[in-house]
Amino acid sequence: MTATSTAPTAPRPAAPAGGGLRQSVTDSLTMAKRNLIRMVRIPEVVIFGLFQPIMFVVLFSYVFGGSINLPGAGLDPGLYREFLMAGIFAQTVTFATAGAGAGIAEDMHKGLIDRFRSLPMARGAVLTGRTIADLVQTALTLIVLAVVAALVGWRTHENGLKVLAGFGLLLLLGYAFTWIGALIGLSVRTPEAATSGGLIWLFPLTFISNAFVPSQNMPTVLRHIAEWNPFSATVQACRELFGNLPPNYPVPDAWPMQHPAWASLIWSIAIILFFRTLAVRKYKSATA
Amino acid sequence: MPGAIYAEGLVKTFGEVRALDGVDLDVPEGTVLGLLGPNGAGKTTAVRVLTTLLTPDSGKAVVAGLDVLKQPHEVRRSIGLSGQFAAIDEYLTGRENLQMVGQLYQLPAREAKARAAELLERFNLSDAADRTAKTYSGGMRRRLDLAAALVVRPPVMFMDEPTTGLDPRNRLQLWEVIEDLVAGGTTLLLTTQYLEEADRLAHDIAVVDHGKVIARGTSDQLKAQTGGERIEVVVHDRGQIPTAEALLAAHSVQGAAQSGVTVEQHTRRLTVPVTGGAKLLAEVIRELDSRGIEIDDIGLRRPTLDDVFITLTGHGAEDEETAPAEGDATEAAGGKKKRKSRKQKKEAVK
Repeated sequence: MTATSTAPTAPRPAAPAGGGLRQSVTDSLTMAKRNLIRMVRIPEVVIFGLFQPIMFVVLFSYVFGGSINLPGAGLDPGLYREFLMAGIFAQTVTFATAGAGAGIAEDMHKGLIDRFRSLPMARGAVLTGRTIADLVQTALTLIVLAVVAALVGWRTHENGLKVLAGFGLLLLLGYAFTWIGALIGLSVRTPEAATSGGLIWLFPLTFISNAFVPSQNMPTVLRHIAEWNPFSATVQACRELFGNLPPNYPVPDAWPMQHPAWASLIWSIAIILFFRTLAVRKYKSATA
Repeated sequence: MPGAIYAEGLVKTFGEVRALDGVDLDVPEGTVLGLLGPNGAGKTTAVRVLTTLLTPDSGKAVVAGLDVLKQPHEVRRSIGLSGQFAAIDEYLTGRENLQMVGQLYQLPAREAKARAAELLERFNLSDAADRTAKTYSGGMRRRLDLAAALVVRPPVMFMDEPTTGLDPRNRLQLWEVIEDLVAGGTTLLLTTQYLEEADRLAHDIAVVDHGKVIARGTSDQLKAQTGGERIEVVVHDRGQIPTAEALLAAHSVQGAAQSGVTVEQHTRRLTVPVTGGAKLLAEVIRELDSRGIEIDDIGLRRPTLDDVFITLTGHGAEDEETAPAEGDATEAAGGKKKRKSRKQKKEAVK
């Protein structure tokens, strides 16, 4: 059988000219674009994603606000409101974990991951594209949330660069957590499991921290956990960069609390490296 | 020289289950191999190994002249995969889906765009091109999925149960698309649990059960293994069974002495293996008539792949609920005719 003569003469895919890295970047952007288009077509996801943090802003400010004893500030609800916002911002960015997980689990479930894995594309691009799209969503959410926070009286007291640096740390933390979500999404069988699996552990993580109440008032064991919690580092760093700490606030002695910006940076990068490696490895052997 | 798809001794176990238990395959360039088997036979696992999605425990696989285990990335450039579920993004339009796949095949953006338009046209999706795939019917989704697999006109295609869940009209449409594709020289490995589908589309069929290839050959060769054609008679009056049996025995290929006539008393059905086709059938009808034997039903039955399957595996192809109505003898014959005409078309292309 000599079918060669009738064999398709195709636009055969060429080897990527710029080598592996360039292909990684272009494939990741293609995938990010896909996920961003989805976001625009399913705006409910973004809108519902805003409800919870806005609710928390209002509930914590007005319900707990007057009863929480802030070291160095007492029971001043105005000071607590400023103290609180960095915590809510940080919690909001980590909730992107669930979205990334559910999205990737859905792709697995629907056979899309199989299609992508059978294409000559960069191995990490499906996951990187998803995490980039989630980063964009997180950034939008943060903007809306900052406006709401300003409406209830939140103000920054440092220069613009420091404020931007604070938001930068928040976005980096959010990005790091989407890689945890990616790993969860690849490890569970259904999108529903990825959503709950992506959220459940975030509650202890974000509550055993300095996000909503000062860690100084916690029992010793919890206090140590809270002070070394990667999440606390970012919250503390933002409070410093936004100028949201009460004037005489006693900063805990733990290293991450003394150098919160560095601690936040190190934690986030470490999380990205660790979970990205695991997630990409998992992706390579993924079975729907 | 090995074919466009070649596998030797593929083994893959999942815990206790040997999904592939030493599978050998060889598909010459430009031909279609139908991998036929019930659910859980190992068909999908075989496709997943050959398309680089799954690493086998042992064995060798070569696709388009490339080692699947050593050069997976290169293999991916030469294959198209249409899996069991339409792998398309529901929230993207048909056009966006195809452009995305083109770009991921590393086509330049402009080329990906042109190719998407071309495929949408060819698969009759132009009108729906800019609607999200969520609004597509099952048949349209399947066509879009197949189009996505064809973006770079891969020389080797894999289709895993391409028509499962489609209604008869859509199934027929998809068959025509597949036939066109093969006429263009594409090598195709197709899995199916529909015997009719393998009969119509595949040059060669490998019957898979419990992770092993238990038989292979053309559809005709496999049918020949089950024996030739038979005449089936249902007599009206049970008392006339002996007379009818004697009459039929005279026409048996095994000779009158050995008889070879099987009789089912409760259904009053007699079956005899014969050669001679329709002409003999007419003769038998005349003889039965002249002896005054009243018949409720009579027919010439050729073996279907269904018979082959039951003979080989000891169970039917459709273990599970999704079985289509199997073609009767007449339909099977029609399918064969179709196959021939496709072969002729292929000659014409060459």
